[in-house]
Amino acid sequence: MAGKVIIIVHSGDMDKVYSALIVANGALAMGMEASLFFTFWGLQRLKKGGLEKGPLSKMNMLGLGKWMVKRRMKKAGAASLERLLQDFHELGGKILACDMTMQIMGIKKEDLRDDLISDYCAVGTYIDEARESTITLFI
Amino acid sequence: MAEIKVDCTGETCPIPLVETRKALRKAKEGDIVEVTGTHPASKKEIPMAVKALGLELIDVQEEGGMWKIRIRK
Repeated sequence: MAGKVIIIVHSGDMDKVYSALIVANGALAMGMEASLFFTFWGLQRLKKGGLEKGPLSKMNMLGLGKWMVKRRMKKAGAASLERLLQDFHELGGKILACDMTMQIMGIKKEDLRDDLISDYCAVGTYIDEARESTITLFI
Repeated sequence: MAEIKVDCTGETCPIPLVETRKALRKAKEGDIVEVTGTHPASKKEIPMAVKALGLELIDVQEEGGMWKIRIRK
């Protein structure tokens, strides 16, 4: 029982990046392959030091809402985004970076966490992976 | 044959599942991985992962909100 998941991480919002990483890690843990395609605001989170910088998608309140949610998450024992990303990498998950977003937003390879990124690519790679995936999500 | 212990007490979704998988990847065939934790959903979901991975679920025990799952690779 294998199968594959590919998720487009379009949003850079903290809560949505959490959702993407949790689903992707769950898939790997349950024996599936998983790829994350980071594009637009999502790609900002792959910048060096950028992973935890996203706002909450709702009730961010200039960061107050995010601070409150982070505090509650810590109390609940939730993992950090960094830990989830490292686990994803360790379990063999693939991280894809959208090269068009890099061009549009003026992001260079050296701005990104190159050690974690398997490929710099475009829609063709996404479709090629999605074609053989049983689950694909846009977050 | 080694016995590998993974303590996920106090950890929540998806850590118990992920830590179980990490331990299973490192284990050799025949090794036993014993995971303990408190996250309620993981008690059901780790056995689902074991099944999906085609491994042997030895047993699941629970006492006072703390569960222990043993898996053979």
